[in-house]
Amino acid sequence: MRIACPYCGARGVHEFTYLGDAKPARPDPAAPDAGKLFFDYAYLRDNPEGEHEELWCHSSGCRSWLRVKRNTRTHAISDAVLVQDAMGAAS
Amino acid sequence: MHYSVFSLLKNALTGHRGWQPAWRDAEPRLSYDVIIIGGGGHGLATAYYLAKEFGITKVAVLEKGWIGGGNAGRNTTIVRSNYLLPGNIPFYEHSMKLWEGLEQDFNYNAMMSQRGVLNLYHSDAQRDAYARRGNAMRLHGVDAELLDQDGVKAMAPFLNFDDARFPIQGGLLQRRGGTARHDAVAWGYARGASDRGVDIVQNCEVKGFVREGGRIVGVETTRGTLRAKKIGMAVAGNTSKVGTLAGLRLPIESHVLQAFVSEGLKPLLPGVITFGAGHFYVSQSDKGGLVFGGDLDGYNSYAQRGNLPVVEDVCEGGMAVMPMIGRLRLLRSWGGVMDMSMDGSPIIDRSGIDGLYLNCGWCYGGFKATPASGWCFARLIAKDEPHEVAKAYRLDRFETGAVIDEKGAGAQPNLH
Repeated sequence: MRIACPYCGARGVHEFTYLGDAKPARPDPAAPDAGKLFFDYAYLRDNPEGEHEELWCHSSGCRSWLRVKRNTRTHAISDAVLVQDAMGAAS
Repeated sequence: MHYSVFSLLKNALTGHRGWQPAWRDAEPRLSYDVIIIGGGGHGLATAYYLAKEFGITKVAVLEKGWIGGGNAGRNTTIVRSNYLLPGNIPFYEHSMKLWEGLEQDFNYNAMMSQRGVLNLYHSDAQRDAYARRGNAMRLHGVDAELLDQDGVKAMAPFLNFDDARFPIQGGLLQRRGGTARHDAVAWGYARGASDRGVDIVQNCEVKGFVREGGRIVGVETTRGTLRAKKIGMAVAGNTSKVGTLAGLRLPIESHVLQAFVSEGLKPLLPGVITFGAGHFYVSQSDKGGLVFGGDLDGYNSYAQRGNLPVVEDVCEGGMAVMPMIGRLRLLRSWGGVMDMSMDGSPIIDRSGIDGLYLNCGWCYGGFKATPASGWCFARLIAKDEPHEVAKAYRLDRFETGAVIDEKGAGAQPNLH
């Protein structure tokens, strides 16, 4: 598996550290049902077979956080962008 | 047919033409008392104990491929009960005791071999941690011995004791631990269940659930719609997939774990040996191959195969602790999909939907748990209450905070 880091180009997966599913978003701790929301955020996962958006850190490279689109059945990587770019596109 | 020396003699004298298939490859019927989804070790053990201990024989085990073809056929066959936490030790010790009587119980040679499990320690701090674990085990009535370097040398003189980075100071030994033959375990349970009337249905994939009111009353499969009063899920790495069909979102991630076997050698290893400064565990199969493994690849996967960095890492671990294997050739490597839970411990509980029961979250320690998992899951399904030793394996423990985190890694499944 090689991940195409936007800065460093395609690099072997051993240079990267995996965090997990990119979908869970940290809830507002002041929300009235914050306990429930944090339980969901910390523990529950969709865990799909197929397309999965996930967070990787290029820890032995440029140390950027990446948002990677990867297929969990084939390990094929279709996209890798910097997290800040992905967030910029979303906002 | 009961297997014994007499049946062997009788069949030997009649040219071995009298042997029957070990279990029935059944056609699915339309309705059952209990359906177990998943024909791996845990599912088959559940069906076996449902029939044998709880008298429920109108049971089907549905398997999408062939029985024992998933993680039951992909593990490193290690059996042990050397846990630390109170939620885990009684359960795994129950399993250990069932292993000890298993072959007589289901009349099948599972090649159970209590050759010992030795965890090496490489620093003072690690010795203290292992002493603590050994003490926790002994307090629960489990055998544990803390060996010093001479003790380990007497057992395994070939280890790399004077390594500059990871000198071997000693080890924690569980003599009752060992290995068992994985596919014989699946077949032994299948045979025992089948003999008592359980239908083992292969090539039968669950595609959906049938609901009536709020209750789940059946499954839609590739071989038709089957109804049952109760349905148990024991599908390991596919837990989230099958759970999603029922509308469940679970504290599980699927990860790939690789394992390896070398070419055959003459008898070399006394038992199971684990490297404490990296992640490498090894035993020797009865055929002579060294069977070993290490860490998860570390990313979500349903692929049943992994990548090279972990192969390298495992081999480096092996070389660090047993440099003599450097010229050994790998025969095969493979991967299995683990149902990694958020605290590294399993779940045996009601699902929250009436009629559906969960058995999942085995991470990569499912094989040793097979007998107790089946026993406790059968009890939960039969009596609608958890077994004493599996009480802690609740689904809601993540919400209440009563997690069982042996490794203290937190909600990060790839680190357990």
